[in-house]
Amino acid sequence: MSAREKVIFEYSHPGRGASDQWPHDPGPAALADLPAALRRAQPPQLPEVGELETVRHFTRLSQLNFSIDTHFYPLGSCTMKYNPKACNQYAMLPGFLGRHPLAPESHGQGFLACMYELQEMLKAVTGMEGVALSPMAGAHGEFAGVAMIRAYHRARGDLKRNEIIVPEAAHGTNPATATMCGCVVREIPVDAQGDVELQALRQAVGPNTAGIMLTNPSTLGVFERRIQEVARIVHEAGGLLYYDGANLNAILGKVRPGDMGFDVIHMNLHKTFSTPHGGGGPGAGAVGVASRLLPFLPLPVVGKEGERYRWLAEADLPQSIGRLSAFMGNAGVLLRAYIYMRLLGRDGMRAVGEYATLNANYLLKRLMTAGFDAAYPQRRASHEFIVTLKRQARELNVTAMDFAKRLLDHGFHAPTTYFPLLVPECLLIEPTETESKDTLDAFVAAMSQIQKEAEQEPGRVTSAPHTMPVRRLDDVRAARQLDLTWKPTAQP
Amino acid sequence: MAFIPHTAADVASMLATIGVSRLEDLFDEIPRELRIKSLAGVPEELNEMEIGRLMSERAAADGTALSFLGAGAYEHHIPAAVWAITTRGEFYSAYTPYQAEASQGTLQTIYEFQTMIARLTGMEVSNASMYDGASAVAEAALMAVRANRKSRAARILVPGTVHPHYRRVAVATAANQGLRFEELPYCTEAGVTPAASLARYEGEDVTALLIQQPNFFGRLEDVDALTDWAHAHNVLVIAVVNPTSLALLKPPGQWGARGADIAVGEGQPLGVPLSSGGPYFGFMTTRMEYVRQMPGRIVGRTLDVAGHEGFTLTLQAREQHIRRAKATSNICTNQGLLMTAATIYMSLMGAQGLARTAATCHARTRELVAALTRLPGVRPAFSGPCFHEAVLLLDRPAAPVLKALAARGIFGGLDLGAYYPELGAALLVCATETKTQADIERYRATLQETLQAARAA
Repeated sequence: MSAREKVIFEYSHPGRGASDQWPHDPGPAALADLPAALRRAQPPQLPEVGELETVRHFTRLSQLNFSIDTHFYPLGSCTMKYNPKACNQYAMLPGFLGRHPLAPESHGQGFLACMYELQEMLKAVTGMEGVALSPMAGAHGEFAGVAMIRAYHRARGDLKRNEIIVPEAAHGTNPATATMCGCVVREIPVDAQGDVELQALRQAVGPNTAGIMLTNPSTLGVFERRIQEVARIVHEAGGLLYYDGANLNAILGKVRPGDMGFDVIHMNLHKTFSTPHGGGGPGAGAVGVASRLLPFLPLPVVGKEGERYRWLAEADLPQSIGRLSAFMGNAGVLLRAYIYMRLLGRDGMRAVGEYATLNANYLLKRLMTAGFDAAYPQRRASHEFIVTLKRQARELNVTAMDFAKRLLDHGFHAPTTYFPLLVPECLLIEPTETESKDTLDAFVAAMSQIQKEAEQEPGRVTSAPHTMPVRRLDDVRAARQLDLTWKPTAQP
Repeated sequence: MAFIPHTAADVASMLATIGVSRLEDLFDEIPRELRIKSLAGVPEELNEMEIGRLMSERAAADGTALSFLGAGAYEHHIPAAVWAITTRGEFYSAYTPYQAEASQGTLQTIYEFQTMIARLTGMEVSNASMYDGASAVAEAALMAVRANRKSRAARILVPGTVHPHYRRVAVATAANQGLRFEELPYCTEAGVTPAASLARYEGEDVTALLIQQPNFFGRLEDVDALTDWAHAHNVLVIAVVNPTSLALLKPPGQWGARGADIAVGEGQPLGVPLSSGGPYFGFMTTRMEYVRQMPGRIVGRTLDVAGHEGFTLTLQAREQHIRRAKATSNICTNQGLLMTAATIYMSLMGAQGLARTAATCHARTRELVAALTRLPGVRPAFSGPCFHEAVLLLDRPAAPVLKALAARGIFGGLDLGAYYPELGAALLVCATETKTQADIERYRATLQETLQAARAA
């Protein structure tokens, strides 16, 4: 990869600037009415750089990244599939980009039609009765979902129900979300095969149960086989079932959360429906609900009356949990998901679930044959699976983190490491359906080579990466000697 | 299909390796009665040419009106370089930078962003961005409750001049955790929050005071007096600011004697297209002493094992993947791509370009207000200075007037009737640097004709 790049402030020269981009100077008279006491005394110290050096700087920075467009990115639970270029191009048509969020509905029928149809397609693929698109990330959708569960119980006068049950393998966002919604978290264990322990669940539910948050297939990469029994236990106790859609890609077109008994779901459109991850956002965390939660959907929702589309707001949904964004969530992301879903159609969506599962099971089998240990060898993989390197850690002193870092040298982004927390030295591997057999075979070859290296020359693995712009970074120093903004004299 | 590259031979060979005969066998752990045969309700696939045509028709159907809408989302010129670089696959299709060695591009961009935003707001530290301005306000309120150790009330004072949607988002986000938001009245003549209105809270436990500058009406609040009152009463100050305005207006870090404690805002004006409301990004800054109470991603510079500088996510002990139920927030993303666009935008504009943009917006809005208020039946709602946005009062209901203007290709502003019924027929209008004098004259002439027609009817 490229060498390191200076911080942009180090290119700055007083008086330089991309002035072709600036408006003409309106002169000081334009500001005559602004009281001096409210004016800024000194201009902000932004960089003073030309357009070409700005373009070069950020282009070079981009080249320091791994990305789907450049590398295989088998990051478990993140669904790093190809982001089709058409989705970006057509979402960025000038008519869509220029539309003000408060523009009248008469001048938004094209956009609103896309949003309405997106809602309808998401209902169809999840088996839910209503969808709202405004949550802006998976965790934001989780918040909306749990807030709706809470609002549902309150509307029934069932005020005690404030406990959210979460399996111990859950994403950290699940318990964090429950807390944000003012709920108490109860964690329950999973058994040796990765399924929820039903006895523990039966003991956990009761008159205080608001609901349970589940990912299915779970974060262990296996399908919760007794999901119908789980649903029965929770529903009989008066609780609701929340589906964390992080792993929806595994079952797209094959099984629907609504049919499993879930009452509310969030979907990570940036995973299953291939909107870009953008270096950590924007995502989109649309929520779907069963009929009893329809009155509580977050605002706004797009409705259709005759042939006209319109926003449904406070007056239409008076029991709504309210607004979670200033306007319409990540509208441009929603357009990309819409385009992706139309490109796939119903058969393409079914193929997603099938080929994501095929790739994961193939890669798992090949890695097991190559001598790696699966965390759940008796189980079918879903769209992802866990390899545990505890044997390598014990015998060779080479950890999952070392394997992950050495993979970077082989041109593969690392799988998810050390999650889920209950499997020691784990790599959570999700190839996605858009990767070819050739890529999967090359990944197996790299893993085998690293294994051989770990046996013969372990220092080479434990000191990896060797070919990246930086070596392993000192995270302790980063947290203790905080250097969060550039200063002319700062030395880290 | 579905961007899946497998040949029939690949599939056969892969199934043989796994030891099953059909794809369906891979789903044999899922109860049979749950498996569906097809997705009724989802249309057949379109190819790229077909979807291109459909989307082009829909984008064109929404038209390109001459817009004088603002209200939290502003039409600015975006240099071509901003999105040409932002949509490079290396930025666009990368994940959250957990593997720091393979993500130095994104991490360094965040570090540069944090530096620019801190300098723009005059604050000490910034995070890597939030979902949008409204959610940043909500998170700032939650953060203030953690940071203000002298207060137990979880009580936030919110002027009526704060964006109505921000106030609603704050309630929807934080009320479940017991926060109380109390509305401060504004002066209906001046359109600002009188510092005197705070007197009734003397001696009471108040956690934080929100101050939006410029406020929702475009009016300028007496930020120094409000800030000093808050600090004299152990109340933290949360500033809500427009980043463009900060090229000219006093930054929150310098409000009053001590400066604001937390400053947040909507980042959209910094190079992000209007795009029907998103994706945008929120920014959040604070004092160093509160950095551990701040939600969201933060990047720090450190050294690698060879002693070279590099960038990494830091202070992760605040976050959900470590702290789970005790995290500062459930947030696990920033708006990475928008933050990237904003960093490139701020680099190209610099302080001088941003100041010219702000001054031009302000000049255009003044010209707009002057032109429209010369018409009979149109007058300014408030006295006193505005910044790049203003409220006008009409002598007849606003909705039919706006509808008639829209029919002639002009978005004449936001009808405030649903938000501030006490103002009567009120319009919030904005003209940015994208508007010319000819555009303003077209609005004036069309409004004149519309009002004349309405009077004649």
